[in-house]
Amino acid sequence: MDKDIKDIFVKRRWNKIFFFSVLAAFTIGSIIVTNFDLTRGFASFFKAVMWSVTNFYPDAEAMKRLPDILIKLRETILLAVASTTLAAVAAFAFALLGSNTTKVNNFFSLVSRGVASVSRNIPDAVWAMILLFSFGQSALTGYFALFFVTFGFLCRTFTETIDEVSGSSVEALQATGADYFHIVSHAVIPSSLPQMLSWILYMIETNIRSATLIGMLTGTGIGFSFGIFYKTMNYSAASLVVIVVVVAILIIESMSNYVRRVIL
Amino acid sequence: MSMEQVLKGTGSKYKYYNTSKKINIRPLNKVSLIMNATLISLAVLTVYGFMTFDYKNISIVEALAQTFYNLRIMFFEPHLKYFTLGEAFYQLAVTLGLAFLTTIIGAVISVFLGLFSAENLSSRKVSHIIKNFVAVIRAVPTVLWVLIFAVAAGLGSVAAVIGMTFHSVGYLVKAYSESFEEIDHGVIEALKASGANWWQIVFQAVIPSSITYMLSWTFMRFEINFAVAVAMGAVAGAGGLGFELFMASGHYFDLREVGMITYFILITAFVLEAISTKLKLRLKESV
Repeated sequence: MDKDIKDIFVKRRWNKIFFFSVLAAFTIGSIIVTNFDLTRGFASFFKAVMWSVTNFYPDAEAMKRLPDILIKLRETILLAVASTTLAAVAAFAFALLGSNTTKVNNFFSLVSRGVASVSRNIPDAVWAMILLFSFGQSALTGYFALFFVTFGFLCRTFTETIDEVSGSSVEALQATGADYFHIVSHAVIPSSLPQMLSWILYMIETNIRSATLIGMLTGTGIGFSFGIFYKTMNYSAASLVVIVVVVAILIIESMSNYVRRVIL
Repeated sequence: MSMEQVLKGTGSKYKYYNTSKKINIRPLNKVSLIMNATLISLAVLTVYGFMTFDYKNISIVEALAQTFYNLRIMFFEPHLKYFTLGEAFYQLAVTLGLAFLTTIIGAVISVFLGLFSAENLSSRKVSHIIKNFVAVIRAVPTVLWVLIFAVAAGLGSVAAVIGMTFHSVGYLVKAYSESFEEIDHGVIEALKASGANWWQIVFQAVIPSSITYMLSWTFMRFEINFAVAVAMGAVAGAGGLGFELFMASGHYFDLREVGMITYFILITAFVLEAISTKLKLRLKESV
């Protein structure tokens, strides 16, 4: 028996060693392939901190731009909200078809899962660059880039939610002979709405950050403002943009945390 | 005979209340109030958004039709013109490398910060300070972190990895500390009673019992970091597939090459998602 216990520990130790050496190998490989310089990394980290303390704060000149920045911020937030809400509606329809509890048949289930999977696994920046060909530098490029990724992501989470939450109530209504639409409106929606709303709020937070990035590619919103200030080396205005974004996201986060606390 | 008379006749001590009013089966309590208010305000904001967007005279229908046509060209006639297949794999390795380095560095930092921000392992005050600090870090979009560091470090992999690490730390500290806080309090108490010090508690109890959660969260972050690394290649000059995509889309206007690069990204993302789902399934089975 002693030998067995010993064997387990030996095995565990070998597992650990194997795991960490694989990690180390990948790390070294990544350092080589990306030309990453660890010492330069550390050095520039402290350099960047020193630089931000001395240069990266808004001054009086930058404050004059605050109204313009706030208008751009509104555009970005509205873009994130509008794309998330419509994507959520579409995702709900697809999740109903894709979920094991509520699917109509296997074919539609497979198709809807496939569409959702493709649309979420293409990153939003890639969607933006694809859509630039047809939508040009308009707000719609960013809108649809966010829409597709959000749609795909929410499809997955909504499907999981429906399967987890509403299984038993759907079965109960099916037993009474309720038809499909009654089941959806009286069992699926009431039981999974709080959870789904929580995911929608999460996606809005994420999308505001993504919209900033996409704005740099498509020339819209707060990302575009930051890009211009950054390229013209107007760092005090750029820092004001960062502060405004952070404050906006923290406010929205605390609002959605409040909603989550109440409804979940 | 009215209900009131019936009640009187039976000598009931219960007073009759007029129930002809429709019974309210879904009272307007706080939960439904907040939920409806949230849904309505989201709808209003959406409509308001559509009214104020800068459309630049683009017809949605036409552009959508154009998009589907473009997608068909991209996915059915992909080719590589400005670089070879071998280079494409190399660029994929660069993007994966950026994501991997970011995840590893972020995970190591996050384990320590996560331990100090778990309320059962540190003090309430320290935990609050770290949690708020991390929330601020998380609020800054990754691209802004990368560009801020690029001023000091120059555009390239160093700035990209450091900048991306910030957001990873913000995400992982939250995930780790939540899984540390879920640990059975009795285990920690038992070890404390046996005279174990803080580090022994961490390495003998806390980390072993939450390691599967941590692995699953970390891999999920790797999955996200892959997409982020693609974006940083395009916007912040971090190299890799993202940069090639940016060139193909913004400079050569070559849809077919965009299609090929998108295939590379899509297939990699599929593989990562499959692994991540498998890890999560294993986690569910073990619970």
